[in-house]
Amino acid sequence: MALLEAVGLTKRFGGLVANDNITVRIEKGSITAVIGPNGAGKTTFFNMITGFYEPDEGDILLNGHSIKGLRPDQVATRGIARTFQNIRLFKQMTALENVMVGIHSRLSAGMLGILFKTRKVREEEELARIEAYQLLEYVGIADIANEEAGNLPYGLQRRLEIARALATNPQIILLDEPAAGMNPRETLEMTEFIRRLKRELDLTIILIEHDMKLVMGLSEYIHVLDYGRKIAEGTPEQIRNNPRVIEAYLGKSTSEVS
Amino acid sequence: MAKINWKAFKGIPLAVTLAWTAIFALLLHFLEKSVLAFLGTLASIVLLYYTNANNRLKMVFGAIVLVVVIPLVAGDNRYYMEVASQVGIYVAMALGLNIVVGFAGLLDMGYVAFFAAGAYAYAIFSTPQVNQFIASDFFPLSGAWFWPFLIIGLIVAAIFGILLGLPVLRVKGDYLAIVTLGFGEIIRIIFNNLDKPINITNGPQGITPIPSPELFGLKMSTPFYFYFIVLVVIAIIVLANVRFENSRLGRAWVAIREDELAAQSMGIPLLNVKLAAFAIGASFAGVVGVIFAAKQTFIDPTSFTLMESIGILLMVILGGSGSIPGVVLGASIVTILQVQLLKEFSNFLHSLQQSGVLNLPNQLDPSKFQRLVFGILLIFVALFRPNGLIPAKRKHSDLEAIKASSPGRGKLGILSRLSQSASGKQT
Repeated sequence: MALLEAVGLTKRFGGLVANDNITVRIEKGSITAVIGPNGAGKTTFFNMITGFYEPDEGDILLNGHSIKGLRPDQVATRGIARTFQNIRLFKQMTALENVMVGIHSRLSAGMLGILFKTRKVREEEELARIEAYQLLEYVGIADIANEEAGNLPYGLQRRLEIARALATNPQIILLDEPAAGMNPRETLEMTEFIRRLKRELDLTIILIEHDMKLVMGLSEYIHVLDYGRKIAEGTPEQIRNNPRVIEAYLGKSTSEVS
Repeated sequence: MAKINWKAFKGIPLAVTLAWTAIFALLLHFLEKSVLAFLGTLASIVLLYYTNANNRLKMVFGAIVLVVVIPLVAGDNRYYMEVASQVGIYVAMALGLNIVVGFAGLLDMGYVAFFAAGAYAYAIFSTPQVNQFIASDFFPLSGAWFWPFLIIGLIVAAIFGILLGLPVLRVKGDYLAIVTLGFGEIIRIIFNNLDKPINITNGPQGITPIPSPELFGLKMSTPFYFYFIVLVVIAIIVLANVRFENSRLGRAWVAIREDELAAQSMGIPLLNVKLAAFAIGASFAGVVGVIFAAKQTFIDPTSFTLMESIGILLMVILGGSGSIPGVVLGASIVTILQVQLLKEFSNFLHSLQQSGVLNLPNQLDPSKFQRLVFGILLIFVALFRPNGLIPAKRKHSDLEAIKASSPGRGKLGILSRLSQSASGKQT
C-alpha cells in the first residue's frame, strides 16, 4: 500500500482549474519530485495535501485513511510536514524557539500547568528545548540557536525551516523549492542533505523544484504537471525523454508547427 | 564631546539608583506637595530596570520601593495614592491586552468590554440594584464578597472573551479590529439600555453605592488600600505574563502573530490558541474591572467607551507591543500624563492667571489637550522608537545548560530514528 495517495484531486478557483483530476501515489521511503512550468499547479497540489485548500473533488489517503477536509494543523499532527517556497519563519523568535514551535503539538502543558509551572511542565519544556537544540545540531546550525530567525542569512533560514518541519516528527516532508535562490555549490549541499534525511531519518520526501539538475539527480520518481493536469510520470530517465514534457517546457518545435 | 560607548555601558550603577531613590523619597517626605518629588520616586523603578545588578537583587529592591518606600512617604497623601492605584489599574489592564495584541497579534479594539463585564458583575450584585430583578434577602452582597468576586469577575470576563472570540476570530487583521470595535460598542450600549424591560444595569444613571472591600471587618475604602490590592494583582498578572510568554502557549501566540500559515503547518490549532489568548487577556480585564468598580463606588456606561479601549491600546504600543516591562512603562506614562501631569499643569496656569501674570483663554486649558498630547507622543514614538519605548525581546536560552544535559537524554523526537536505523543496519 502506498503511504500517501492522492486520487483524482481537482481544485478550481472560479473559472480556473488549478488542479485537474490529479492522481499520485507516493511509496514509503521514496523521494518524489513534482515538476512543471510556472503556474502548473504544483503549489496548489501541495496546499491540498497539507489541508490549506480543500479539494473540490477527489480524496487524499494517508496510510489508507482519508485526510481530506482536515485542518492544516491536524494534517501536520498526522505526520505531514512542509516547508514553503518563500521561506516562512517566525522572524522575531530565536532559531531555537522556531524549532520548539514545531514540537508544540507533542507537548501537553495546559493553561493551569503553565501558570503554576508544575514539575511536569518544567520537565517537558526542558526536553523540548534539548530536542530543538539537537535538531539544530543535526542540520548544522546549532551555533546560531539564540539568533533571531529574521536576522539569519538565506541559506541558514532554509536549513532552519527544514529543522522546524522535522520537529513535528513527520513521516512525510514536503519541500517547496528547497534550492530556490541557491548557487550550484549550495544546491549540491542541499541535495546531499535531502538524501541524508531520507537515509538517516527514514523520511518520505516530496519536493517541488525547478532546478533540473537537482531533480534529476535526487528524485526516484517524477510527476509532471502542466496547466493543472498531470502530463507524465516516471523515473528521471523516462521523464527526460518524454516528448510531452519537453514540449511543456520548451514549446513545440517549429518544424512540427509548419 | 566624548562619544559614549553604549556597548560598554552595562547599566546605571546600583549606587546611583539607590541615591536617586533615597533623595526623591526624602524630598517627597519633606515637600509633600511636590509633584516632581512624587514622579521622581516613581521613576526610580524605571531607573532600577536599567541598573547594572542581578535580576533577583533588582526585584527585591523594586518590591521594597513599591511596598515600603512609596506607602511610607506618600501613604498619608490621598491624592498620590489615588494616582498610584489608578496607574496600577491601567498597568494591569495593559498587561492583559498585551497578551492579545502584543503576543498573539490580534488587534482588539473592544477590550474595555471585558473590563466592563467585571465591573458590572460586582456592581450589580453588591448594590440594591440586584433587588430590581432578584427579590431575595441574600442580596445585595457585602464588601466581604469583593474577594470572591475577583475570581467571579475573572470567570465572567473569560466567558465573555470566549463568546466574543468564537465568531470573531475567523477574521483577521484590520477586519478583526473593526469587528472587536463593534463588539465593544455593543456591550456598552447594552449596559446603557438594560434598564428596561427588566432593570438590570440601571442604564445611563449608573450603579451606586458599590461597597468597598472588607477584610475581617476592616473597610478598605481609601486609595491607600487599593494601592496594595492593585499591587498584588499586578504582581500576579506580571508573573502570569512571564510564564505564558515562555511556554508552549506563548510560543504558539507569537508564531501566529509572525506567520499564521506557517504556524498552522507546525500543528498549531489556530482557533483554540487564539481563543486562549482572548480568554486570558479578557480575564485580567475582568479582575481589574471588579477593583475599579469597588474603588470608584460608582460606575456607568461612560467609563467604558471606545476611547478607553484606544487608550489602553496606546499604552501597549507606546511601551512596546509584546514587551512586559515596556507595557508597564507605557501604561504608567500615559496614566500619569492623563490623571496628573496635564491637570497639574492646568492648575499651575490657572494660578498664574489668578495672580494676573498670564491671561489664558479657557480653550487653551492643557487638560483639554489630552488627545493632542497623546497623538504627538505616539507620532514621536512611531518615528524614533517604532518598536516601543522598551522593545520586545525574546528570551535567549541557556545553550551551555542544554549542551550539558543533551547527551544524557539520548536522541529525542525524530532523531531517535537515527540510532534505530544505525543499529538496524548493523544487525
